[in-house]
Amino acid sequence: MECQECHERPATLHFTKVVNGSKTEIHVCEHCAKEKGYVSYGEEAYSLHDLLSGLFNFDTSLNEQKSKNLSDEQGLKCPKCGMTYKEFTQVGKFGCASCYHTFSDRLNPIFRRVHSGNIVHEGKIPKRIGSNIYQKKLLNGYKEKLQQLIQSEEFEQAAQVRDQIKEMEKEKGTNHDGEGEV
Amino acid sequence: MSLQQFMNEAISPWMKDEGPDSDIVMSSRIRLARNFDQTPFPIIAENEDLEKILDFFNQEYHQQSFKNYHDLEFVRMSDLKPIEKRVLVEKHLISPHLAENGKLGGALISKSEQVSVMVNEEDHIRFQLYFPGFQLEEALAQAFDFDDWLEEKINYAFDETRGYLTSCPTNVGTGMRASVMMHLPALALTQKISRMIPAINQLGLVVRGIYGEGSEALGNIFQISNQITLGRSERDIVEDLRSVVNKLVEQERKARQLLIEQSELQLEDRIFRSYGVLEHSRIIESKETAICLSDVRLGIDVGFISNVSKTILNELLVVTQPGFLQHYAKKTLSPQDRDILRASLIRERLKLEK
Ligand SMILES: [Zn+2]
Ligand SMILES: [Zn+2]
Repeated sequence: MECQECHERPATLHFTKVVNGSKTEIHVCEHCAKEKGYVSYGEEAYSLHDLLSGLFNFDTSLNEQKSKNLSDEQGLKCPKCGMTYKEFTQVGKFGCASCYHTFSDRLNPIFRRVHSGNIVHEGKIPKRIGSNIYQKKLLNGYKEKLQQLIQSEEFEQAAQVRDQIKEMEKEKGTNHDGEGEV
Repeated sequence: MSLQQFMNEAISPWMKDEGPDSDIVMSSRIRLARNFDQTPFPIIAENEDLEKILDFFNQEYHQQSFKNYHDLEFVRMSDLKPIEKRVLVEKHLISPHLAENGKLGGALISKSEQVSVMVNEEDHIRFQLYFPGFQLEEALAQAFDFDDWLEEKINYAFDETRGYLTSCPTNVGTGMRASVMMHLPALALTQKISRMIPAINQLGLVVRGIYGEGSEALGNIFQISNQITLGRSERDIVEDLRSVVNKLVEQERKARQLLIEQSELQLEDRIFRSYGVLEHSRIIESKETAICLSDVRLGIDVGFISNVSKTILNELLVVTQPGFLQHYAKKTLSPQDRDILRASLIRERLKLEK
């Protein structure tokens, strides 16, 4: 999204303003935000760009070796939508689902900052397309349980769990041809 | 014509039911963001891709019904007049972003206006479900069902580790924004709310005024919502929000009680002055309107005013917004003319109560 004031730079500040009771969303670059005095709504404004660029500084000062590769990594480009990593940090938005895989190695610090340290999804899994993920999670749970049972030498129960796992793996093999690489 | 209904009724049909704690909690909302797995996100997608999505929604969901959500109506933003879009924004059925930037945007809205799906906003799909009063769990359960229903025909962008993939990193994971709208006049009047907000923020929740700039909340209406979407389940997020809202409800009731005990006459005076202003002004700005409406609603809740319906706050706040006023006048109005029409509409509306 481009800045609504200069139509040149990408909009990095997004917030809502109310004039005469009517709400408008404001999308401006940092330059124009300062120029037009939007920054006084500081509490409402939220700049992901700040967050991301702050992150770079943090990374480079902390990790000398990383900084050497920084320009290479910024040159990362999503094969599906064409968005580069640099564009992503400027706009603060992904271009497509594949961006998540392309930039995967650089995302954890960002997610940690935005989501209070969290990097892994907890919660709903799509009912239809996620059914094998659900099965996989269940299977992994059984495998862990099996290890525990073996360690605590509860072999009878372990055998039962092993059979359950076999059963599930057999089912998976027939239901999804080649889909379920674990 | 549903569009006509969306335009003419200030209060959405679902708002007419009274929910739990509706003296303080006006509404509960769950919003989920979803995307198609193979199509670039709207900020970067080709027009052609976005057109396809609009066609898909029109074909698959226009005039369909799911559970209690009957007669879904699909509208393209390009088919709406600016004032019509503005009215949908003022009713919180679509976002300002969709109204302004969404030439290839659309909306699918149920007859009750309880569900609305924004198409090609920042994400391909953002749908929201409203419930009157304090009913977050119910809203979440229904949102999940609606989500499953959509997912029967759509391959969502979903990743085992990152969850639902969204255009903005701030929504990834659950893609969920759970929120409640609260009327907190006593906490605002006694300035307790400003001291509570930092503590609420620390819990990963955001408090903001619905009408007003910055932290100012016109009409003392606040929206509390979650900020974090990754690493916590929808149920946990809703549970956190629920317990904070519970506390706020409790505190607001206490503050109201205290106001009555310590300064009943002053409170009564304030409320009836505001009532008088609404009943008699000839020119009124939206800011003053919101303040007076909040007072009158408080007056109804604590029993000073008995002959006015409770929905007056919600209704008049929407009707007196610029878009609605101009829709009503059937023409563009200058701010001064709006203030005059606003005053006269409020007077007429209050007369109906007698
Ligand atoms: Zn600019
Ligand atoms: Zn991409």
